[in-house]
Amino acid sequence: MADDRTLAEMLRAQGITRRGFLKFCATTASMMALSPAMVPKIAAALESARRPSVIWLSFQECTGCTESLTRSHSPSIEKLIFDVISLDHHHTLMAASGHAVDEALNEAMEENFGKYILIVDGSIPVGNPAYSTVSGISNLDMLEHAAKGAAAIVSVGTCAAYGGLPYAKPNPTGAVAVSDIIKDKPIINVPGCPPIPVVITGVLAQFLTFGKIPELDSLGRPKAFYGQNIHDRCYRRPFYERGQFAETFDDEGAKKGWCLFKLGCKGPVTYNACATTKWNEGTSWPVEAGHGCLGCSQPDFWDMGGFYNALSVPTVDLAKKAAVGIAAGAAIGVAAGALNRRKKAKAVSEHQTVTVDDLEKGA
Amino acid sequence: MTMACNDATTSGEEIFTGNVTPILNEIRHALNTLLETGESTIIDLRALPMGPGEEQHLESLLGIGEATATINAMGPTTVNESLFAGVWLVTHRNTDDEILGKFIEITRIPSILESQTEDIRGALKALPDLLAENC
Amino acid sequence: MNEVDFLLWVRGPGLAIATVIFVLGMTVKMFEIFMLGRKKNLAELRGTGVKEGFRTIITRSGHVDTYSTRNTRFTHIAGWVFHIGMFTTIFLLAPHIEVFKSIIGFAWPALPTPIIDLATVIAMITMLAMLFHRITNPVLKYLSTGQDFVVWTLTFLPLLTGYMAYHHLFFSYTLVLGLHILSVCLLLVFFPFTKLTHAVTLFFARWYNGMMAGEKGVQQ
Repeated sequence: MADDRTLAEMLRAQGITRRGFLKFCATTASMMALSPAMVPKIAAALESARRPSVIWLSFQECTGCTESLTRSHSPSIEKLIFDVISLDHHHTLMAASGHAVDEALNEAMEENFGKYILIVDGSIPVGNPAYSTVSGISNLDMLEHAAKGAAAIVSVGTCAAYGGLPYAKPNPTGAVAVSDIIKDKPIINVPGCPPIPVVITGVLAQFLTFGKIPELDSLGRPKAFYGQNIHDRCYRRPFYERGQFAETFDDEGAKKGWCLFKLGCKGPVTYNACATTKWNEGTSWPVEAGHGCLGCSQPDFWDMGGFYNALSVPTVDLAKKAAVGIAAGAAIGVAAGALNRRKKAKAVSEHQTVTVDDLEKGA
Repeated sequence: MTMACNDATTSGEEIFTGNVTPILNEIRHALNTLLETGESTIIDLRALPMGPGEEQHLESLLGIGEATATINAMGPTTVNESLFAGVWLVTHRNTDDEILGKFIEITRIPSILESQTEDIRGALKALPDLLAENC
Repeated sequence: MNEVDFLLWVRGPGLAIATVIFVLGMTVKMFEIFMLGRKKNLAELRGTGVKEGFRTIITRSGHVDTYSTRNTRFTHIAGWVFHIGMFTTIFLLAPHIEVFKSIIGFAWPALPTPIIDLATVIAMITMLAMLFHRITNPVLKYLSTGQDFVVWTLTFLPLLTGYMAYHHLFFSYTLVLGLHILSVCLLLVFFPFTKLTHAVTLFFARWYNGMMAGEKGVQQ
């Protein structure tokens, strides 16, 4: 349940000194991709911020997003954020189970109606809502009900943001994104498969600090984290520019760290923070580990033509299409050619010869 | 350090984005500002794309100077003055020793080292109890 | 439709439709041309003309006689420069080679991308010069039709959008890549129905010219 104390009072009560609070603000600013000059502003905002109630609903998902978030150990910024917010409901993380959970959820929603943040991970099947249910309630119903009292909705993971894996062809469950169902609430998309943990908490921290939705791009993602193209921040970019590509995963080029374009890297069409923020608290990221970017924060990344096919390669079998074209063309060509010959022969046969006498006759 | 700033090695171990030189130039500029106006500058190292090994290379170029301090608040924070006076490296870690943030501060003393007003007020409140117990 | 869906469409159904139309159109054209054939030569042949045919394909590309060359020097040189630049870009850029590899099953070495970049710029500048020449030269101005300008645009757009994509100019890479592939689709669709067919027919046309001259015993 939401606490009326400010964040600063809460941290002090936990025995955290002002120095500790400043450290928290500095690292939070870094996490939110804000300039260090903003730290005093963040400190001032957080000092008077109140704990919002947060409800986390998990739908048709693999729990990877929750796993990503909880991989960091305490007390880290991630855990601190979640101590600061009041995580009133989370299917996987909460200790309670059974009917008590349903009651607690409804209580939390009623008590904080209009003010709670709704976090969703997983897509919502609408082909047949029975494909994914919790306590006998379909995801669709649960989402529509919970969205009514939410101040804002955060779609965590590509499944909630764009449909993700269930949405991939042929989409047997009729999976859709949160934004396909809820149209009347502000939605922040935090895609990724999973999203970088610091991005998830960074978005929440931004909401906490400034009390409003961060600036979003055309796909509903916070520009602070998704404003950069992976390709533009990739440290292997000089190799792309020079045209030095790895051909296989263990050839000389790969060992020298050359560009992974030919091995299917989708970096040029992907927007995420992986190239700068990296994973596992800045340890590394897929390209640095030698594997091309999958494009996991983009819609339809599962159907982008194959993880190991280059971005320039067509997604259909053009050779087959060309064969069809030749066959059909040959048939039409023969028919057209025959028609033309007949026309020519007809012209030859209908050709009327003229003699000098005919001409003199006419004169 | 014998390696020049933009040596591109082909070992696959160190790929250079070429960001080290601009950062060093930014530090030089900030030091000048510090001397002339007293204004401090903070550079967030996490905000810049670095190849593997480049961050270590930058830190080894800056080196460690005379002053070193450790703060224990929600995990250790190390504060080192580099070989260049006024250029400090602040590394925040959590209790599991994972790095939360790295900053280069061009200043006379990083603000995190100063004792904070609220904490001093708290100490002032706690001292009378100590006096009462022991005197 | 957002830019991701657009890119997926041009890379999939868009290219499929364009390929079918292109191949179908060219095949029909070839059948039509060959089935009509040539008028029978009733004169006594002084040679078969086969060797002369092949010879003409090459000789027609270069210097023919001093008088003709003087008048057409600009078109001659610009044509060569543009075609070499364009073919270098199409066939020697690594991402393009990947496309061909996926269709025909084998690849070949690529040139460093900055060289291709230079070739593209040269090709585009040459095209602009040729457009200027077409508009200002009185003879060409008189002869030009709408189709000439349409074909120029269809050829220029893939070069321009490809350049924009590599340099990440103006729009997001996803959108520019989509536009680049779309421009190639348009080029393919209009190819069989415009003078772009010269890419294939020029070889036959020159061969026949050479053959006819060879049959008459005239040097080519």
